[in-house]
Amino acid sequence: MGTLIIQVLNSLLYASALFLIAAGLSLIYGVMRIVNLAHGTMYAVGAYVAAWAVGAAAGRIPVLGLYALIPLGAIVVAALGMVLEPLLLRPLYKRTEEYVLLATFGLLMVIDDGIRFVWGGTPLSASVLWEHMGGIQIFGLRYPIYNLMVFLVGVLAAFLLWLLVYRTHFGLLLRATSQNMRMASALGLNVKRVYVQAFGIGCFMAGLGGAIVVPSQAAVLGMGVDALVLAFVVVVIGGLGSLEGAFVGALIVSFVRTLGITFFPEIELAVLYLIAAVVLLIRPTGLFGKAS
Amino acid sequence: MRTAFHFQGVPVSWRSLGITLVVAALLLAVPTVLNPYQTILISYGLVMAIAALGFNLLLGYTGLTSFGHSAYFGVGAYTVAFLVKYLGVTSMELYIIVGFVVSAVISAVFGFLCVRYTLVFFSILTLALSQVLWSLAFKFFWVTGGTDGIRVPRPSLLAGTFQFTGSGAFLRFVNSYYYYLLVVFAVCVGVMWLIVHSPFGKALQAIRDNATRAEFIAVRVWHYRYAAFLISGVFTGLAGVLWVPLNGLTTPDVFYWPFSGEIVFMTVLGGFRNFTGPIVGAMIFNYLKTYAVATTEYWQFLLGAVLIALVMVLPAGIVGTAMQLLARLRKEA
Repeated sequence: MGTLIIQVLNSLLYASALFLIAAGLSLIYGVMRIVNLAHGTMYAVGAYVAAWAVGAAAGRIPVLGLYALIPLGAIVVAALGMVLEPLLLRPLYKRTEEYVLLATFGLLMVIDDGIRFVWGGTPLSASVLWEHMGGIQIFGLRYPIYNLMVFLVGVLAAFLLWLLVYRTHFGLLLRATSQNMRMASALGLNVKRVYVQAFGIGCFMAGLGGAIVVPSQAAVLGMGVDALVLAFVVVVIGGLGSLEGAFVGALIVSFVRTLGITFFPEIELAVLYLIAAVVLLIRPTGLFGKAS
Repeated sequence: MRTAFHFQGVPVSWRSLGITLVVAALLLAVPTVLNPYQTILISYGLVMAIAALGFNLLLGYTGLTSFGHSAYFGVGAYTVAFLVKYLGVTSMELYIIVGFVVSAVISAVFGFLCVRYTLVFFSILTLALSQVLWSLAFKFFWVTGGTDGIRVPRPSLLAGTFQFTGSGAFLRFVNSYYYYLLVVFAVCVGVMWLIVHSPFGKALQAIRDNATRAEFIAVRVWHYRYAAFLISGVFTGLAGVLWVPLNGLTTPDVFYWPFSGEIVFMTVLGGFRNFTGPIVGAMIFNYLKTYAVATTEYWQFLLGAVLIALVMVLPAGIVGTAMQLLARLRKEA
């Protein structure tokens, strides 16, 4: 019983991190029709920045203050995204989509190695935050409270994002651009600005995902590419461009993964990709995607 | 451009004929002029050129961006590795025949699933399927050797006529295998040239430019795309077969999606809207990567920066840009 609950909690923890990454990827695709291959690396940058900031400040300020440094990862990544989009991607929108895809692939290679250049090859840890919160007893098993916090942040982020997209004026502009960019532009909407903002928010989500996960794991090289491929699976299952889809997709992927690690570790990854492939075959737009 | 002769109904200009002959002569001279290291480098270039040539039938001629061509390359490579490990086969010709069949089967299955989609869905589906194979190669380590991969010794060439054991075997193999590759490469280039200049190739280009209109003039879009996918996969699979003896080892990395990205990279580097682009791109990419890996620890950074610069400044690729410049010079003259 205890083990079962722990496994469910682990799945939820994993799902909230995945949701943050996948929601960003999906938002960017939904508004801009770009598949950002560098998205996973943005998640990694968020993790590294947060871990670095916590490591630098540890011992100088009280531990509670360290928690305030976590959003720094997300903010830095959002700023990075808002610089890169107008600089590198905007000139390519006139051309066919292969070029944008390739540019983000180049960006992935550059940022991935940039991380190694700045922070070196050794993993960065921010476990002080994780340890500080301690644990609670669940059916005689000890479970870290920090992990529960990550789950809460994931749910909160999902809710805030939903509010932003469906209940604010800005969200209306986002959805208008998503539905018909030319029409929105013709009606006087500054599409360029919406693009920068959407890209920034998408990157913010990825950075936040990295930043809140890093105290319980550690920032390691290659985490971005792994995250990207899983986020792909999530958005393919849920539907590219759909936030609900990212939410449900993240839950499906993380539960399948937890089951897979327990019962069929050899084909755990293959099963995930197969689910993605099957969903694409039956419903090319994903469970929640709309036909474009 | 004056026409030298017609080959299978396609006009061949004196200029293309001249360039082809000069390049062929240069390639033939490689092992006698250059050192073994350079010969091996060019061998890798030839192998990757075959893969890029196959890939470009989809990207450049059919307008489908596959982000999972590592799958077919890897299938070719692992077919050879399994033949060695489980059946003790050492004949290169058997590798090619079996690799050809296996990559055709896998391409037929994957293609059947993928070609009903276009654009980004096609890219993601090809990527997902290649990742299935990667995770299998990665996880079933008792079959595939996991990340250690499978070692492949030097095969015998031409039905056992050439064996490579004993002293000096390495150098003999380098030179012989180079010529072997060169012949296969020449055949591949010839076959691909015929394909893209055939009515079938023209139909593919019509589909690329406008699938709806192509359908209107009775081009069976799905069938043509499927056939292109199949040919493309087999070419790339063949490249995988030829690559293993050169590398001596195959690891799950050849299935991993960044390798698919490299195939896209080299094709765009050369230019995907012309026939020779992928060949030139593969050769140059091969040098670029070797140089980058040798000079800096941050080679991936360098390659990524080159890719971004390329996409932004030279979208037509090296060959495409060179041809544009040439055309402009001619107009001015």
